[in-house]
Amino acid sequence: MPKNQTPPLLEIKNLHARVEGHEILRGVDLTVYPGEVHSIMGPNGSGKSTLAQVLAGRETFEVTEGSIAYLGKDLLEMEPDQRACEGIFMAFQYPVEIPGVSNTQFLHAAYNAQRKYRGQEEIDAIDFLKLVRDKAKLVKIDEKLLSRSVNEGFSGGEKKRHEIYQMAILAPKLAILDETDSGLDIDALRIVADGVNSLRGPDRSFLVITHYQRLLNYIVPDFVHVLHKGRIVRSGGKDLALQLEEKGYGWVEKEAVAAAV
Amino acid sequence: MITMSPEKTRTAATLDRLDVSAVEPGPEWLYASRWAAFERFRQLGLPDTHHEDWRFTNIAPIKQTAFTLSSPAPNLTRSVIEPLLIPGLDCCRLVFVNGRYQPSLSDTAGLPPGMGLWSLHEAFTTKRSLLEEHLGKLTNTDKHPFAALNTALFRDGAVIFVPRGAAVSRPIHLLHIAAPGDEPPLISPRHLIVTEADTTLSVIEDYATLGDGVYLTNALTEIVVGPNAQVTHYLLERESPRAFNVTTLHVHQGRDSRFASHSAQFGGSIVRNNVSPVHAGEGGHSLLNGLYVLRDDQLVDNHMRVDHATPHCDSRQFYKGIMTQRSHGVFRGRIIVRQDAQKTDAKQNNQNLLLSEEAGANADPQLEIYADDVKCTHGATVGQIDEDQVFYLRSRGIPHETARAMIVYAFASENLERMPLQPVRQLVQRLLLDRLPHGKLLEQTL
Repeated sequence: MPKNQTPPLLEIKNLHARVEGHEILRGVDLTVYPGEVHSIMGPNGSGKSTLAQVLAGRETFEVTEGSIAYLGKDLLEMEPDQRACEGIFMAFQYPVEIPGVSNTQFLHAAYNAQRKYRGQEEIDAIDFLKLVRDKAKLVKIDEKLLSRSVNEGFSGGEKKRHEIYQMAILAPKLAILDETDSGLDIDALRIVADGVNSLRGPDRSFLVITHYQRLLNYIVPDFVHVLHKGRIVRSGGKDLALQLEEKGYGWVEKEAVAAAV
Repeated sequence: MITMSPEKTRTAATLDRLDVSAVEPGPEWLYASRWAAFERFRQLGLPDTHHEDWRFTNIAPIKQTAFTLSSPAPNLTRSVIEPLLIPGLDCCRLVFVNGRYQPSLSDTAGLPPGMGLWSLHEAFTTKRSLLEEHLGKLTNTDKHPFAALNTALFRDGAVIFVPRGAAVSRPIHLLHIAAPGDEPPLISPRHLIVTEADTTLSVIEDYATLGDGVYLTNALTEIVVGPNAQVTHYLLERESPRAFNVTTLHVHQGRDSRFASHSAQFGGSIVRNNVSPVHAGEGGHSLLNGLYVLRDDQLVDNHMRVDHATPHCDSRQFYKGIMTQRSHGVFRGRIIVRQDAQKTDAKQNNQNLLLSEEAGANADPQLEIYADDVKCTHGATVGQIDEDQVFYLRSRGIPHETARAMIVYAFASENLERMPLQPVRQLVQRLLLDRLPHGKLLEQTL
């Protein structure tokens, strides 16, 4: 898997995590190199979203064992905002509504916070507006949405597009898509996928978490992993997703049981 | 009768032992009503928390304080009051220091023809018929001890008269500055605002302090909103942390009138604000919009009473509170819909955000409905900062404290944005940012 001498972007080793006393992740190992697109699939309750939340730094999840190295640094030591400033972006499965904070105000604050962290000069509202207008076209976001409150009154599809739009502006090194495709109609799915594909590049990796193989017709992954009961039980190329589609998750579950015996 | 003896030595006393003989009695035609109000005040006494209207508001510290009725106004220069003016507001201004009108600090130029703006003290002699027609007519001194006390003691304030058809483009700023001395003064401002049909007027009732002494402001304002008139009233509470403040606003709304009350409360130790519009004519609209942002041991109590006496009126109450440390916010919103007031549309909402474990809030909506074809809704919430929202902002790189401040500011912003006068809104915004934990962090992001 390693590509010449490039160090990994993300290295998860034996990750265990729990929420409210329940162990959800039970030893996840995963290595992601720059520019790779990894898809994580799995049935409900397998721990997909927990993995995303742990990577983003959600405090409700407690890591009990294992390690996560990000660009060689200990990710678990970083606050959520620091992780974002270091280039991690998670597109939320359920984007949060924040009445009273306008999208533009929110994104400008986030953008400048990240620049400040990296020792870059903050940019003013006028220059920022130019940037957001360009990116809005990318995911076909209506500019009117930008003056509204964050996610407030957005349709499901608008919320997901808005996540990709934020990703385009913040230009992360590691983008985690937490079931961004769930609940999207085919047109919205295409817009989201086109947005993601246009952002693919040698310096940006993706962790595409999905329940459905359908998304992977549009965002073609380099690797597919199947998560089952908090562990990756099978990894392969994009064909693995098709096999899963055909045979269902029951197939890997049986295999996982057989392997454990 | 009240006897006049201006030479009497100054003595401070608790409110139940006030010696009113030291009070300037004002015009003779007021003696009878003053005396009756004072008698009534003595009978009523000061409320305690057994009193339904004061259940959550313990005014023991007010009861225990000895107040003086004699509080001469120090001579203040323009430069001293300059920081208290509202930046960018082109307005007429009456300045009161310790309750007394200060012509040299005021500006009453450029009023529309026929419009009147006087100090109450002056109007006692020059506008007697206007006062006799309206003064005290909206006030129930029978039930409300602070209203009775104000009626017994007021000696100055503002009188505003807007004649039919006049649109007053410059707002009127009533700036009350307390400069308490060694003995805590009791200051009793009294305002009367009468607008005739088809008029427009904005008034800002503003309370501020020089220094940090103890005193009680017990103010009462009556507003007659004429048919098809539009009156916007602002209340700014930015007094010192040791000030006591009781304000009472009675509003009588004529047919098709629009009245808005916007209050922004940051200051004071114990603050009680009563707002009572009466929809006395069909087709009227009232908006009661308020924001209270408290800290330390502040106790702020907003008492709304919206009386729908006629059909086809709309009323809206939107109050929001942010409490830090041990502060406490109280909201009581009563909507009364009388039997004839069919097609009433009344909404009330009170939301509170507690930023500490010790902070508290009481929300007490009350509906009293005697008509059967009406739409009345009410809602109240008391909550903490939503951690999902904080995490969402942080996950984009916004630091923790900034994220929290953004969310708290956003909570208040809705009420801020309802205030139409931009300079007032900007002042309230500044007071809000100064008050919020880490509000400074937000200045760049707004």
